[in-house]
Amino acid sequence: MIITIDGKRVEVEEGKTILQVARENGIEIPALCNYIDGNPIGSCGLCVVSIKNGGREYHARACATKVAEGMEIETHTQEVEDARRTILKMLAEEHGEIGGEAKELFLKYGIKIKSDKKREAPNLLNNPFISFNPNACVSCFRCVQACSLIKENHVLVRENRGSNIGIVAGINEALKDAGCAFCGACVDACPTGALMDLTAKEEETKKITSICPYCGVGCAIDYYVSGDEIIYAKGSPNGVNKGDDCIKGRYGWQFVHSEERLKKPLIKKNGKFEEVTWDEALNYVASRLKEIKEKYGADSIAGLSSAKCTNEENYLFQKFMRIVVGTNNVDHCARLCHASTVVGLFKVFGSGAMTNSLEDLEKDAELYFVIGSNTTHAHPVIGTMIKRSVKGRGAKLIVADPRDIELAEYSDIHLRHRPGTDVALINGMMNVIISHGLEDREFIENRTEGYEKLKEIVKKYTPEYVEKITGVPKEDIIKAAVLYAAHRSAIIYAMGITQHTSGTANVASLANLALLTGNVGKRGTGVNPLRGQNNVQGAGDMGALPNVLPSYAKLGTRRAREIEKIWGGKIPDKEGLTIVEMMHAASKGVIKAMYIMGENPAVSDPDQKHVIQALKNLEFLVVQDLFMSETAQLADVILPAASSLEKEGTFTNTERRVQLLHRVLEPVGDAKPDWWIIQEIAKRMGAEWNYESPKDIFEEIRKVVPQYRGITYERIEKMGLQWPCPSMEHPGTKILHEDTFPTPNGLAKFSPYEYKPPAEEPDEEYPFVLTTGRTYEHFHTGTLTRKIDGFNELIPEAFVEIHPEDAEKLGVEEGDCIEVESRRGKIRVKAKIARIKKGVVFIPFHFAESAANVLTIDALDPEAKIPELKVAAVRLKKC
Amino acid sequence: MLLLKDARNVEDYLAQGGFKALRKALEFEQDEIIKEVETSGLWGRGGAAFPTGLKMKFVRKERKTPKYIVANADEGEPGTFKDRVLMERNPYQILEGMIISAYAIGAKKGFFYIRYEYRDIAKDIERKIEELRRLGILGPNIYGSKFSFDIELVLGAGAYVCGEETALMESIEGKRGFPRIKPPYPAQYGLWGKPTLINNVETLANIPVVMRMGGANYSRLGKKGCSGPKLFSVSGFVKEPGVYEANLGEKTIGEIIELAGGVEGKFKGIMLGGGAAGFILNEEYLDMPLCFKDAKERGLFLGTGDIIVFNESVELWDILLNIAKFFEHESCGQCFPCRYGTKRMREIIEKIVCGEGRKEDIEKLNATARAMKIASLCPLGTSAMLAYESAMNNFREELMGVIQ
Ligand SMILES: Cc1cc2nc3c(=O)[nH]c(=O)nc-3n(C[C@H](O)[C@H](O)[C@H](O)COP(=O)(O)O)c2cc1C
Ligand code: SF4
Ligand code: SF4
Ligand code: SF4
Ligand code: FES
Repeated sequence: MIITIDGKRVEVEEGKTILQVARENGIEIPALCNYIDGNPIGSCGLCVVSIKNGGREYHARACATKVAEGMEIETHTQEVEDARRTILKMLAEEHGEIGGEAKELFLKYGIKIKSDKKREAPNLLNNPFISFNPNACVSCFRCVQACSLIKENHVLVRENRGSNIGIVAGINEALKDAGCAFCGACVDACPTGALMDLTAKEEETKKITSICPYCGVGCAIDYYVSGDEIIYAKGSPNGVNKGDDCIKGRYGWQFVHSEERLKKPLIKKNGKFEEVTWDEALNYVASRLKEIKEKYGADSIAGLSSAKCTNEENYLFQKFMRIVVGTNNVDHCARLCHASTVVGLFKVFGSGAMTNSLEDLEKDAELYFVIGSNTTHAHPVIGTMIKRSVKGRGAKLIVADPRDIELAEYSDIHLRHRPGTDVALINGMMNVIISHGLEDREFIENRTEGYEKLKEIVKKYTPEYVEKITGVPKEDIIKAAVLYAAHRSAIIYAMGITQHTSGTANVASLANLALLTGNVGKRGTGVNPLRGQNNVQGAGDMGALPNVLPSYAKLGTRRAREIEKIWGGKIPDKEGLTIVEMMHAASKGVIKAMYIMGENPAVSDPDQKHVIQALKNLEFLVVQDLFMSETAQLADVILPAASSLEKEGTFTNTERRVQLLHRVLEPVGDAKPDWWIIQEIAKRMGAEWNYESPKDIFEEIRKVVPQYRGITYERIEKMGLQWPCPSMEHPGTKILHEDTFPTPNGLAKFSPYEYKPPAEEPDEEYPFVLTTGRTYEHFHTGTLTRKIDGFNELIPEAFVEIHPEDAEKLGVEEGDCIEVESRRGKIRVKAKIARIKKGVVFIPFHFAESAANVLTIDALDPEAKIPELKVAAVRLKKC
Repeated sequence: MLLLKDARNVEDYLAQGGFKALRKALEFEQDEIIKEVETSGLWGRGGAAFPTGLKMKFVRKERKTPKYIVANADEGEPGTFKDRVLMERNPYQILEGMIISAYAIGAKKGFFYIRYEYRDIAKDIERKIEELRRLGILGPNIYGSKFSFDIELVLGAGAYVCGEETALMESIEGKRGFPRIKPPYPAQYGLWGKPTLINNVETLANIPVVMRMGGANYSRLGKKGCSGPKLFSVSGFVKEPGVYEANLGEKTIGEIIELAGGVEGKFKGIMLGGGAAGFILNEEYLDMPLCFKDAKERGLFLGTGDIIVFNESVELWDILLNIAKFFEHESCGQCFPCRYGTKRMREIIEKIVCGEGRKEDIEKLNATARAMKIASLCPLGTSAMLAYESAMNNFREELMGVIQ
């Protein structure tokens, strides 16, 4: 359509606002309150323009008015400029401390900000991360819009009326009490500098974009650096997160500047750690490992690689263990989180990764089936995406979780099943789908095998039967099944599914459900495991596993021989030990030495007492870490490592996207990147390695791992690529299994399981079911987040969530101390009365001093060897 | 009288031919009803004077469902009490109009939003709604037809701005009554984002009249293009304040004042259209016919049809100060121009009333008024200066007399 703007006739697209059109034509209209184009707030009134159309003359807001055929728009008439000046003058008389981008507007109009009026600060000021200056706030409400529309948090609201209008959190509470997520969206939205990151200072900064050191979403974060200090950080618009972030991405970098960082290599001499040079430490480690290998054989040594380290480092670590040490005893913490994903999905689909991408899930999923994932806490950016899809475009949501997680509030159905009964629940849903004829026959016919067996097995899982096992009313099971089958549905799950003795069965059952309804290989569908640590996917891809090599190549096969050629060394054929097996072997004296890179098994692993005893039993323990972790304290040598913000390399996020890290800071003290340390030890043990940079290592990875072949540092400089990416021309793969499955015959294989109860069920002696997990604020064993004051202020200590009726029976009230005891140990924690299923309690596992894993059981899934961290029988007592 | 009847009970109303229009309407096609309303030339009586038939057509045309209808009985304009009198004396005619309109646009649910201060009437309306349900005139299958419709009564939030249609909808949705930015208009994006028809209760009471006599006949009531009966609240210095009915264009302002018994004391001026968002006029306007068009030609609006009469005892700056205080108090604060403009207007006028007004103050007042007029978000802000501006036009000498 044609319109005239400031005398210029221009062709414009329908649906655009006058403000957008003006901007495209180089005309600048002051627009203080406009934040999201097309979603006007309309508070400032500065963007008002004069319009003539069809004989009518009027004024309208450029941000809120769409262009229409024949409009004649004048953006800077005397009249509107006068009005703008008047409005700005009134503002200047009311708010004396306006800063930020708004200040420029005043400069431009030559208006002095001169008020000395003081306004009362709302209670939201009271928090550890965000500062608020009421005398700068002009109540434009951009922050309120960001909090509600972008983040669906609805914490900030407008309060009062007339010239007293302002913002408050909730009912004028402290941010934390109002449910603030500390995502900082409000800070980013604020044009006046009223809301700021507490650490932000008026200093020249340079921006460096890298990848968040925390969860598997793999958000790109812009770090603003001055000298050798990060001043503040926020989600980068150029990442999978498209500008989003969460408390960990935004404020979690603060650990890098912690006083407690390890800065020098340490050797324990006479029971005390002493600072030594790198040379001394490395020589010592190499000679001790050689010695032990010669004395007891290579299989007496085990290594733990890390899902927090880069692909390059994981690759090098497992290569080191396999051809320098000569053992397959290498594993990493994914064993504890997603080993069952890899095994379960492999079985059904022939590939163990997330099938779809954040982008298509956000745009095209009509229904999300979230099971065993407290998404808004553990993978917050994805949690927000789900909330936005539900609220913004009416996507449906089924939540299956024994706890009243935040997403449950947004759900159409909340299935509160008993922990450990997932297979029964999913089989029940499949039973309903088949009995109502809702299965996708064409898909089953053309793309799968084994359907008859599935039918056979799920037959007995009628809603009535499943209700008895799971405690979920049968009507809800039916409703959930029908909703799932009737929509373009995406399954999203996390550790609530995998950390069970039935972990593999759980995962395979979800995959079966997706196959049954044809919800695989299409946009907005699939089976989508959310990876815990930022590089769980990559650590697996790199073969930091005892039974497979990089690219999941099996030991002893032709592929293994090919890799040997590239490596120039012999790879043992015998499978190595998994984490839990290593600990058992260590306590029996079979494993003599361990090399642990960036992991904290003394807190993260089940049955903690036993783990510590096993580590103490070692002849030699090397720990490479950022901090003196609980595990490091038991070591003979500690090697100070650089954090991911201090090095280069790649991470592979939960959606298989290989992303490049950029060095934001130089390593503190003498800390070194893990790849450098591994190489130096390897060299001292006789390896002729010569990698000059992570890029050198990556070039080798490209040769070894076919899925990564087409990826280069240059190609992923700005935005990562999703594997498989087999060639330089390949654009990467957003959705797996679109036409065929990576199985020998190209078909997916239904792999039904019977329900088996968890290893330990509640009984008279231990009547409660304990389940463990994360909080939003902390991460993993707290090695990073608990070094940050603000995070500790928000959640200072462990707690146990308990149903009000259970609490009443025990005579405990909120905040009382409770002793939680299992067959393996006991801990004391504070009670938190919560909406959780009766008979179930929840404890987060970040806190070493009251470690939930003192209680957990190390019963293993028979296929994936993942321990059952999600179910243990406990008893409770008021202390 | 077509509006100001005395039909407080359903028997009386039925006896006077009540609900005949509804029964007739139910035999019409929906679009035919809208056509009749369009032909009638009925314009909204809530202040904005928008063609009622056209608004119905906009809602009817929307594909989204469900659709809603809202009766606006928030009547917060100072000096306006016509809706109150109408609801007391002829409530069923409003409800009948609402049911017919609902049928015409395809709404199944309606809300009757009534001012908090009118809670006594609200109770009565609620009883009447229940009564109509029992009679089968509301609820499922009205008069045995396929059309089902029900009304929920909502008590207002006690703020003037909640009478503004979008703020009113926010309020019904249970949120704070902040006006929404327009467009989108309620016809496209109303209650819960669904197409919604909102009308003043007096407008609704005209619908049965249109249906009974037919659009063409109705259009001949009054003047061409300015038709139908209208209620006028006449107050201030008159001998018999009250609500008077006359067809639009039939009577002049002076004649209506005569109907109300004439001026008490010596005439000075009037305020037309509302005690806040109205115009302060001098005796030159006494001959103006009360008609939307005549008003528009002179740059005025009839607004809600208020006429407040001033005699010589009245100080204009005092009145302007009261009005400014009213707007400052009622500004929701959402947008800058009104939030600070109303405050600033009050501050300056206060200074003037104290005898400290200067020339610069008048300039500042004028600049503020202009900024508010073109840049406020909702009509509260854009009309807050009408009284001041019109007073300046018509009583300039007197007003400037106190300025140094
Ligand atoms: C501040 C403000 C207050 C209003 N109050 C009322 C009111 O009390 N009653 C009313 O019918 N319309 C009121 N309106 C007008 C409504 O927004 C709307 O135009 C009217 O309900 C439409 O009905 P009509 O087309 O039948 O006139 C108000 C408008 C504004 C800006
Ligand atoms: S804090 Fe900033 S964004 Fe929020 S209302 Fe105030 S000025 Fe606007
Ligand atoms: S969602 Fe995960 S990757 Fe993104 S900012 Fe938060 S912790 Fe970091
Ligand atoms: S004009 Fe006044 S009442 Fe209307 S939105 Fe703005 S501040 Fe609120
Ligand atoms: S930018 Fe349009 S009203 Fe503020």
